[in-house]
Amino acid sequence: MNRRIIITFPVTVLLLTLVPRTLFAAENNHIDSGATAWMLTSTALVLLMIPGLAMFYGGLVRSKNVLGTMMHSFAAMGIMSVLWVICGYAMCFGKNALGGWCGWDANLLFLQGIDDSIMDAGVPDYVFAMFQGKFAIITPALIAGAIAERVKFKGYCIFIALWGLLVYNPLCHWVWASDGFLFNLGASGAIDFAGGTVVHISSGLTGLIAAIYLGSRRGYPKTAMRPSNLVMTIIGAGLLWVGWFGFNAGSSISSSLATAQALTATQTAAAAGALTWMLLEGLHQGKATALGFGSGVLAGLVAVTPAAGVVQPWGALVLGAIASVMCYQAILLKNRLGYDDSLDAFGVHGIGGITGALLLSFLIRKSWMAEAATHTTNGTWTALQQFGIQAAAVGITIVYAAVVSLVILFVVDKLVGLRAETTEEMAGLDSTFHGERGYGMLTVS
Amino acid sequence: MKLITAIIQEDQIDQVREALIEAEITRITVSRVSGHGQQTTESIYRGRRVAPNLIPKMRLDIAVNDDFVKITCDAIIKAAKSGKVGQVGDGKIFITPLEECIRIRTEERGGVAI
Repeated sequence: MNRRIIITFPVTVLLLTLVPRTLFAAENNHIDSGATAWMLTSTALVLLMIPGLAMFYGGLVRSKNVLGTMMHSFAAMGIMSVLWVICGYAMCFGKNALGGWCGWDANLLFLQGIDDSIMDAGVPDYVFAMFQGKFAIITPALIAGAIAERVKFKGYCIFIALWGLLVYNPLCHWVWASDGFLFNLGASGAIDFAGGTVVHISSGLTGLIAAIYLGSRRGYPKTAMRPSNLVMTIIGAGLLWVGWFGFNAGSSISSSLATAQALTATQTAAAAGALTWMLLEGLHQGKATALGFGSGVLAGLVAVTPAAGVVQPWGALVLGAIASVMCYQAILLKNRLGYDDSLDAFGVHGIGGITGALLLSFLIRKSWMAEAATHTTNGTWTALQQFGIQAAAVGITIVYAAVVSLVILFVVDKLVGLRAETTEEMAGLDSTFHGERGYGMLTVS
Repeated sequence: MKLITAIIQEDQIDQVREALIEAEITRITVSRVSGHGQQTTESIYRGRRVAPNLIPKMRLDIAVNDDFVKITCDAIIKAAKSGKVGQVGDGKIFITPLEECIRIRTEERGGVAI
């Protein structure tokens, strides 16, 4: 096994740098039907997470806004999928362009160049492209949580289209493309197995910036704005949990040991997160709430997202538990600071992602660290050094997402307007922007 | 004492509630109801023009002492009317005499309990 890695790895790298992808990743590769079957399943599982997210968020808002909130997730499914096929995949997984700011491969526009190509992993390129496309969909949908109940639908749609092109695609390229600069930082790259930085930190930060830019909801924080349907919320949390197996375990792009390790870490962290939140809330506020349980599940899953491939179960327990503590504190802090991150996009995804991406440095399995050490000049690689790399990746993501998002927010606001008018906000997103009602006759508020 | 029952458009409930609170009428009961009156405006639903069936509305029940009836009605009308001219479907207000009012907590009766 080691000899094959020593021979094939540098050869593959050489081929990647010298030869256009479409020439060698071609019909000659055999399909590994097991890996392909799993990757097809993962793609569907990650897609399921978006309606799951829609349910999670939809149940948390007032009933007059439920459809509008769910439409934020569903609209992303439409807009981001189309953009991904047109140019998103090319921008993320093409070769470095514009100094490495993003990738580019004209051959990948409209996915034309991969119509019959199979990756070295034995999975058709289409499957990989579609799998990655699901991540591009869910990331902007997460942002919607921070600006719930007060954003114009048209402005939101334009915002996520621009955000996907200018923030997500570059970040994805830096972290996951083989020539991305974060992929190559340090001994073995910045560790982001399934999107801690690319998905959660970026969307969390953008959510925070957007929530502050748009201002609070009318009446916040004095007026109570209760969830209209917690049943739907926790079902959504359950769908997200199951879908996350596709998100994390699928990110192994194989059906292998790495997949099994990622799956185990994912389940363990989710459960640890949920349990910790339940205990925290029970001790701190007397009752363990269903919403708290769901939030704990998410905190654990977000934290293990960057780490799923490199931590062992005990590490996943630690990640889940500590992420829960950090996110719980972050929400308390939000209440004290007074900004309206309505559905805790930053509190859970931002803080959870940062916690996971940084903390994993001390929880990496020994074999990974040993392998990384072989890439360094002096043959050693410590947890602290990896922490430095992680911190750099996290810091770059935070600054980039925040700055570019602010510019996009400003531009879209001036173009079509982002914040709903007062009367629109009072009447509710559903009737204002969609002319529909979500629920029949269930709840008053 | 009077019981004021107002049927208003769904979209206007927040406006009406805030107008009432501003007029210092703070004790209200809100429920979802459906009904129709003259309102026959057609709308497009799934590509066809349809005339509405029972239409969802909001109902407010407010118990007030006689002195406050005018303030309450004025506040509701101002907030619930669509624009200056109003629209078919803005709703109605019914005022019925209220025989007795009891506060459960203190068992007070009469105008004091409202």
